[in-house]
This record gives sequence, C-alpha cells and structure tokens, in this order.
Amino acid sequence: MSSLILILSAILVIFMIVGAIVTIHARDLLVAIIASAIVDLVLAVLFYILQAPDVAITQASIMGGLTTAIFLVAIKKTERYEQ
Amino acid sequence: MIKKAFALLLVIIIGIFLSATFAKIPFGVPKTVVGKYYLDHGVNDLGGVNIVTSIVVLYRGFDTLGEVTVLFLAATGLGMVLAGLREKDEKKRKKTAPSLIMRTETKLLFPMIILFGAYIFIHGHLTPGGGFPGGVVIASAFLLMFLSHEKWEAKEKYTKITEALAGMTYVVIGLIGLYVAGSFLENFLPKGVPGNLFSAGIIPLIYTAIGFKVGSELTGLLQNLRETTE
Repeated sequence: MSSLILILSAILVIFMIVGAIVTIHARDLLVAIIASAIVDLVLAVLFYILQAPDVAITQASIMGGLTTAIFLVAIKKTERYEQ
Repeated sequence: MIKKAFALLLVIIIGIFLSATFAKIPFGVPKTVVGKYYLDHGVNDLGGVNIVTSIVVLYRGFDTLGEVTVLFLAATGLGMVLAGLREKDEKKRKKTAPSLIMRTETKLLFPMIILFGAYIFIHGHLTPGGGFPGGVVIASAFLLMFLSHEKWEAKEKYTKITEALAGMTYVVIGLIGLYVAGSFLENFLPKGVPGNLFSAGIIPLIYTAIGFKVGSELTGLLQNLRETTE
C-alpha cells in the first residue's frame, strides 16, 4: 500500500469512529440511523481499498441500503426520539 | 462506579489478549494451504474467473444452500410476526403523497436498477458481485417504488411463487449434479473459455436462481413491513 492510500484509509477510519460515536449518543434516532449508514458506506469503501470488491458491493447494498430502510420503517412505526 | 471500573478492567484485559493474538498473525500473508490451492487451481478446475464466486457456489456450494435457507427462514419468521399486525382495511393506512419529482424519477430509475441487479448476478462469475447483492439491488428498486407510489404493490402471490421456483431450481440443479456427476451440487456443464459469459458451468445458473430468490424474498418482506399498522 502506498502512503497516500494509507492516509486516505486513516481519514476514512476516523470518519467511521466519529459516525459510530454519533450513532450511540444521538437522542434523535433518525440522526443515529443516518450516522450508522455513513459508517456502513465508509466501511464499503475501505473493503474496496483492501481489494475485496465482492464484500464491498454486498456491504454497500445490504447494510447501506436495505438495513437503513428497514430501520427507517421501524422508527416510523414506533417513536422517533429516545426516552 | 465499581461496576463501571470492573467493566473497564474487563474491556482492557480482553483488548490486551486480542491484540496479543492478532499481533502474531502476519497481515496479508496466506496462512492456510487451501486458500493457495483455490487461487492456483480455481480457474483451471472450474472455469470461473472470479475465484470468490467459484468458492461460494462450487467449492462451498452446500454452505450457500444453507445460507439461502437461513434467509428464507428469517423472512418467513418476520412475515409470521407481522401477520398479526396487518391492517386489513386499506383506507385506514396513513398516506402522504410523495412529490412529483420523486414519482417521475423513480418511474425512470426502476427498470434501470432492476437491470443493474440482473447484471450483477448474471455476471457473478466474471465481475465482483453475485446472487445476494444482485437480489438486494432488485429489492431496493422495489423499495423505491413502494416509497414513491402509495397504490403500487408487489402481490404476495407472485413474490412467493418466484421465490419457491427459484429455490426449487437451486435444489434441482444440485440433484442433477448428483445424478450426472456423482455428488450434490457438482458441476455437470462444460467449463467453457474462462472470461466468457457462457462459462464456469453451473455458476451463472445457480446465481441467477439465488438472485431471483433473494430479490423476491426481500421484496415480500418489505411489502409485509409496509402493510402493517402504526
């Protein structure tokens, strides 16, 4: 891995950590879902950098797309704000 | 306070042991013999250029059948749980009309997303992807239509029939392999020229079946979720 890709991966990992912390601490569950979707999409980019395009496609489509949509349906049917 | 201190201590101990274990494993170096065998002989043995797909469908075909079964059971279980919550009266459902831009655009995008999903699973043995991501992409196209057109729906009858036919196709292909080549899910078609669309034996057939199965299953699941009450 060249150093440029290493720096890019480090930035992406920092994005993921920030997104994970926001996901845990957000009171508004919509914010939490969007932050976790960001974590999943950045993870897909990281899989691509690590030369696993099959996993990247699966991660982006299942976690970034479908799971986020199902979570959104779930908060629409329950409550938006955490107690 | 003491509880938290204990939790922190436990996390630190687990972290030390995990990092000590992973530090011993070299990064990016092949650790087992079987992985090297797949990389060296996979293309010659099976004719699929994408080794990942060859492993998933042929070398580890039985595992994939189990995976498909797990997904089927999960979707069926969710459908059973949601069946009690289903709103029979259509009019009671809350409806907010989506904007004109959304409706027009999804109508244009819907066939293209379906085509892209089909591309992903048909070319599973040549390019990254395969039946599972392709099916999910198709289901996400249906999700877009569900979001933008409130009256439009995927009939449960058709999703169930597609799913059952695709699952049966997978098992029947496996049984033909048992009859012709001597073991379940064995490749019985010619390998062809690696890199062509019609190559790699039964990989494209099985991935097409899996793509249809996953796509119809998840579409049915989303339809179930949509029909439930608040």
